[in-house]
Amino acid sequence: MSKPRTHPTARRDFLSRVGQGAALAATGGLVWSYLLHQQARANPAAVRPPGALAEADFNAKCIKCGLCVRACPYDTLKLAEVGEDVAIGTPYFTPRTIPCYMCEDIPCKVACPTGALEPGLEDITKARMGLAVIDIENCLSWQGLRCEICHRECPVQDTAITVEHHPRRISKHAMFVPLVHSEYCTGCGLCEEACPTDLAAIRVLPPKLVQGKIGEHYRLDWKIDTPVTQEFRPSEAAPSEPQTGLPSALDYLNEGEP
Amino acid sequence: MSAPRKRVRLGPNGRPVRPFVMPRILSGRLWVWRYILMRRAVQIAVLVLFLGTVHWGWALAGRPLLLGNLSSSELLGLVPMADPFATAQILLTGHLLEPRVLIGAAIVLLLYGLLGGRSWCAWVCPINPVTDLAAWLRGRLGIRDMFHISRSIRYTVLALALILSALTGMAAFEWVSPISMLHRELIFGMGLGWTAVLGVFLFDLVVLRHGWCGHLCPLGAFYALLGRIAPLRVRFDTPTCTHCGECARVCPEPQVLNLKKASEAGMIRSGECTNCGRCITVCPEDTLRFGLRVPGAGSAMPPQSVISQRRES
Repeated sequence: MSKPRTHPTARRDFLSRVGQGAALAATGGLVWSYLLHQQARANPAAVRPPGALAEADFNAKCIKCGLCVRACPYDTLKLAEVGEDVAIGTPYFTPRTIPCYMCEDIPCKVACPTGALEPGLEDITKARMGLAVIDIENCLSWQGLRCEICHRECPVQDTAITVEHHPRRISKHAMFVPLVHSEYCTGCGLCEEACPTDLAAIRVLPPKLVQGKIGEHYRLDWKIDTPVTQEFRPSEAAPSEPQTGLPSALDYLNEGEP
Repeated sequence: MSAPRKRVRLGPNGRPVRPFVMPRILSGRLWVWRYILMRRAVQIAVLVLFLGTVHWGWALAGRPLLLGNLSSSELLGLVPMADPFATAQILLTGHLLEPRVLIGAAIVLLLYGLLGGRSWCAWVCPINPVTDLAAWLRGRLGIRDMFHISRSIRYTVLALALILSALTGMAAFEWVSPISMLHRELIFGMGLGWTAVLGVFLFDLVVLRHGWCGHLCPLGAFYALLGRIAPLRVRFDTPTCTHCGECARVCPEPQVLNLKKASEAGMIRSGECTNCGRCITVCPEDTLRFGLRVPGAGSAMPPQSVISQRRES
C-alpha cells in the first residue's frame, strides 16, 4: 500500500467539510432540543391517568401508544393531538367532561407497556392524578347555599372532601363549606364534573401547581405529635414519654433561656 | 412508431438493450403493479386492523385483534409489539422499561430483521404513500430539486435523535415524528397532525426528490442498519442484465443499485433498499427477484460479462 498523495488543500477542504457538517448537526440539534422542551412544557396543568409518573419521567417513558386510552371503559382518557395544548401524543383527561371513575383494577395502568403509569400502583385511592382546588369566590357553599355536591360526589367521601362549619357574616347561621384534603384527594375529578356552577368552582390541577409548603421551622405544636428540636426540625422518633423537667413555656418567656 | 435505430445498443453481456415497455392490457399492467398493489394492501390492512379493533371491536376468540398503534401494540392481547427505535430512545433517556415493551421491541426487531429491514418503510409506514405520491407528482410536473444533500445525512439524524434523547431526557424523534403524528391521528382522531404530513409532502414535492424517506428519516436509517443483515433481499444473480438502467429510474434509493457490487454479492446488499419491488417489476430481462441472502451465492453464479467488463478498469 502506497501512501496516497494529497494535495495540501485537500486536507483543509476535508477538515472544513467536517467542521461544516458538525456545525450543521449542532445547529439542528439545538433547534430540535428547543422544540422538545417547548413540547414537554406544553401544558403543566394537564391531568394524567392514575399512576402517571412525575411529569419529566412520564414524558420520557410514555411511548404514546394509546393502550391506556383504549383500556379505559369510560372513554375518559384522550391522546393529545397535534395542535392541542397538551404535550403531543400523551394521554390526559378533562375532568369537567369525563372524570376518572377510579376502576378498582386500574385497567389503564395494566395496559401501559412501558411503566409510564406506575406498575406498582395497586390501590386506586393511592393514585394522585391531581388535586381538587376550590374557588371560594364562586363556590355556592361559600355563598351560604347548601350545595355540597362535590362532597356527595366524591368517591373518597368524607375523607378527601369534608364539609366544615364556617361563620357567616350576615346572619348567625353557619355556612357549610367543602374542604379538600390533599392527603386523600386522588384527583379523579368527579367533583369538578358535578359542580353546578357555569364554570366549575372546584377544579382538578396537578398538585405542584397549587400546593404550597410550610417551612419546617414553624412549630405547629397542636398538630404534630413529635417534639420540635432546637434545630427547628421535627425529631425522627416519636416521644415515648412526655418529657419532664423542662421549663414551661411561661417560664421560658418570663425568665429567659435557662 | 419511430424508425428502427441504425445500431442496436448492446449491453455489457452482449445482449441487445431492451427498454421496459408498459403492457397495454390491464392484466399486464396489474402484473407490473403487483408489488405496489400488494404494498398498498399491506399498508391499508395494518391501518384497518388497528382501526377495526378500536372502533368496531374486532376480536378473535374474545381477544382484541390489534390494540394500540405502531409505537406499541398488542396482538390478540398476548403478543406485545413495540417500535424498537422508540424503545432505544426511551432507554437512552436513562429510564428502565417494563419487560413487556422490551419483548415487543425485540419481536419487531426480529420481524424486520428477517423481512429485510426497510421493508417497514415500503410496506407498513403510513408516510410512504404520501411520499410516493409526492415523488410521482413531481415526476409528472417535472419539478427539479432545489438542492442536493447527502443521502447519508439520515444517519446523522439518527445519531442526533439518540444523543438528544440522552441529553434532554425525552425520546427525541417520537416527539417530532410525522410518522407517529399521522398514524396516531388516523387511529385516535384527527388534530393538526396533517400539517406535519403536508410539510413532508411539500418538502418531497417541491424541495428535494425523496427528501424525507430517502434523506432525512432516522427511522428509515435505523431499519437500514438492520437491513444490512436481513435475510430477505432483492437478488441479482442471473447474467441477463444489459445495464438498461430501467431499475435505477424507478428506484427511490437508486444508490443501492450499484450493479457491480450487486453482481459480486448476487444481491442488493445495501440496507437502504426498501424492498419495494419496483425494480423487479420493470426489469425487462427478469434479472432481479426477491430471494434470500445466501452467502457466496453471488460468486457462484456471477454475470460474467458484467464483471469482466467492470473489473480491472
